Amino acid sequence: MAITITENAADRAKKFLGNRGHGVGLRIGIKTTGCSGMSYVIEFADTIEKEDTVFEEKGIKIIVDPKCLLYLDGTEIDFGKEGLNEGFKFINPNEKARCGCGESFSV
Amino acid sequence: MALLQISEPGKTQAPHEKKFFIGIDLGTTNSLVAVIQNGSPTVLTDKGNKELFPSVVQYKEDGTVIICNESNQEDLITFRSIKRFIGKNTKDFQKNKPYLPCKFIPDENIIKFEVFDKVLTPIEISSEILKYLKNFTEEKLNGEIIGCVITVPAYFDDAQRQATKDAANLSGLKVLRLLNEPTAAALAYGLEAKKVSKVLVYDLGGGTFDVSVLDLNDGVFKVLATGGNSSLGGDDFDNLIVKYIVEKFDLNVDNELRNKLYLYAKEIKYHLSDNNEFTIDLNKFGFKEKKFIITREEFNRIIESLVQDTLQICRKVLSDSKLSFQDLDEIILVGGSTRVPFVKESVEIFFNKQTLSNINPDNVVAIGASIQASILAGDLDEDLLLLDVIPLSLGIETMGEIVEIIIPRNSTIPVSSSKEYTTFKDGQTSMSIHVVQGERDIVSDCRSLAKFVVKDIPPMLAGSARVKLEFQIDADGILNVSATETTTGKTTSIEVKPSYGLSDSQIEKMLKASFENAEEDITNRLLRESIVEAERVILSINSALKIDGKELLDSREFDEICKARDNLEQKIEQREKDLIISAIKNLEKVSEIYISRRMNSNIQKIMKGTDIEEFK
Repeated sequence: MAITITENAADRAKKFLGNRGHGVGLRIGIKTTGCSGMSYVIEFADTIEKEDTVFEEKGIKIIVDPKCLLYLDGTEIDFGKEGLNEGFKFINPNEKARCGCGESFSV
Repeated sequence: MALLQISEPGKTQAPHEKKFFIGIDLGTTNSLVAVIQNGSPTVLTDKGNKELFPSVVQYKEDGTVIICNESNQEDLITFRSIKRFIGKNTKDFQKNKPYLPCKFIPDENIIKFEVFDKVLTPIEISSEILKYLKNFTEEKLNGEIIGCVITVPAYFDDAQRQATKDAANLSGLKVLRLLNEPTAAALAYGLEAKKVSKVLVYDLGGGTFDVSVLDLNDGVFKVLATGGNSSLGGDDFDNLIVKYIVEKFDLNVDNELRNKLYLYAKEIKYHLSDNNEFTIDLNKFGFKEKKFIITREEFNRIIESLVQDTLQICRKVLSDSKLSFQDLDEIILVGGSTRVPFVKESVEIFFNKQTLSNINPDNVVAIGASIQASILAGDLDEDLLLLDVIPLSLGIETMGEIVEIIIPRNSTIPVSSSKEYTTFKDGQTSMSIHVVQGERDIVSDCRSLAKFVVKDIPPMLAGSARVKLEFQIDADGILNVSATETTTGKTTSIEVKPSYGLSDSQIEKMLKASFENAEEDITNRLLRESIVEAERVILSINSALKIDGKELLDSREFDEICKARDNLEQKIEQREKDLIISAIKNLEKVSEIYISRRMNSNIQKIMKGTDIEEFK
């Protein structure tokens, strides 16, 4: 079971966390919504629950709850730019299909 | 692949439902948009990485509108600094005729421009800028803007604030709140976290200068005083440099050369903000051997009197706020022109205090607005109430055209205040109320905001009737006036319409028509639906009765159904939805037996003469 993060994404996340001024790391997960079944969640984490799995990667804590980890195992978090937009990307080997807009996926 | 932003815990939004709350600095020269992204305020940039959108709207004869783009096509009508016109009436410009790109249309109230075959108000022109910012932001963030905070100068009056809101509504933006620019700057520096603080905001933009003194107490901002000069800014520095060059070389300049030199002066100013000297070379303008070095000290001397002017205004505003130099805890520098080192130094020497200037002075207001937007949206866990003051006194006209002030200037808002008035003549049954704004004693010197009439005052001796006038200003600085005749207790409900005349204008027509008629539309629709349903039921009953009514019903049952049907027909005539629906139900109820008998008889008809095997 592993989650990884690219150098670029880790730098950005650390910067954002620093600007925010508090928080223990990043919580990633999935939500069952969207046109293709599920969508990704990336949030600042203020707490770590006892059932959470914590991956310490490139100086940042990535926190995942056990249920989400089933869908996210092997995922790499990247940071990229597309046109006017920039943000975090999930490269998830479990993903089978995405909706047209890429905002939700199914496994 | 979708690009994601880090959300606050538990605030992740569903896909396709990305919603944003943004802050907009709608400036005289430039406008900016900021949003909280990944937990911190970010000023949005366009493709060229530019943060500043020129507040320029240009119209082509074919109706095309070019927005936020310094295009230099000749056949365009170009509006710059439209903010100077918003919420103003033609009278405001009688003394000082501003430069206009096209004809004014004389109108008592609102300013209107003749733009080719169209007539446009400053509100409509401003809304083009906001619409552009909205579309740009939604594309950039790939989501929907739910609400925004727009900043306005602290001295904006009711009409100007209302007009700014109208422009936003017209552009499709929902305004959560209008925020005073200096307050936004204080928010950007996080000063609300302090318990108690007195802050002076020195805002020197391209064409305007504003000073505000804020009092922060336990998370509550109060504007103590404001002042400034609406035609003093960095552009004047440039003009002085041009004048200096022209005088130095004794040049003969036409308009074209003056424009070129003006742009050159800007370049010199920027250069001298980071360097100690600049070589002025007029070779590129066709003057040979006209070359010399200008030092930063020289530049400082050129602009010194203007900078001194700003400091004198600071002194006056400070004394208006009844504070002394020592009372100030923070001084914030806002506006691109505060990048000029001499400006910063002069302010620091004048107040004998370090200034806050580490946030980009162009961005600081937009950043503050985005923070306020996300506080109002509930995204940031901060409970902050922003109090502002009204910049000018509000009062009414009394006998002899004398102004009586009801809410004095610099009162903190929201505020309400009331006063009682009485009749002037025996048997007087109505009273005309004229709401004015300003500091002068004579009505004609003040700004007229609204006029209305209180009617149905019982005829009495002069001085016996009592009319209580109540002024209320909400948190956005919008004024409402109500009048109660106290002897009868009758309240005359009055809506104050700002005198720039928009109440009757296109905006209201466009926006309100759909809202005002919405209820009527729905009622109409429901009524029509019920009639259609009733007619359908009558039709089917009639055709059934014709076929087998006499067969399946005895005469009493038959009559009962006919009676219910006739009743329903009658109700349709009355065009009352509820009556029609209950008559339909009644008809269906009395027809129940008939319907079930028909069903049975039909089934029997079908089954008759058919082998039972066929139903298996």
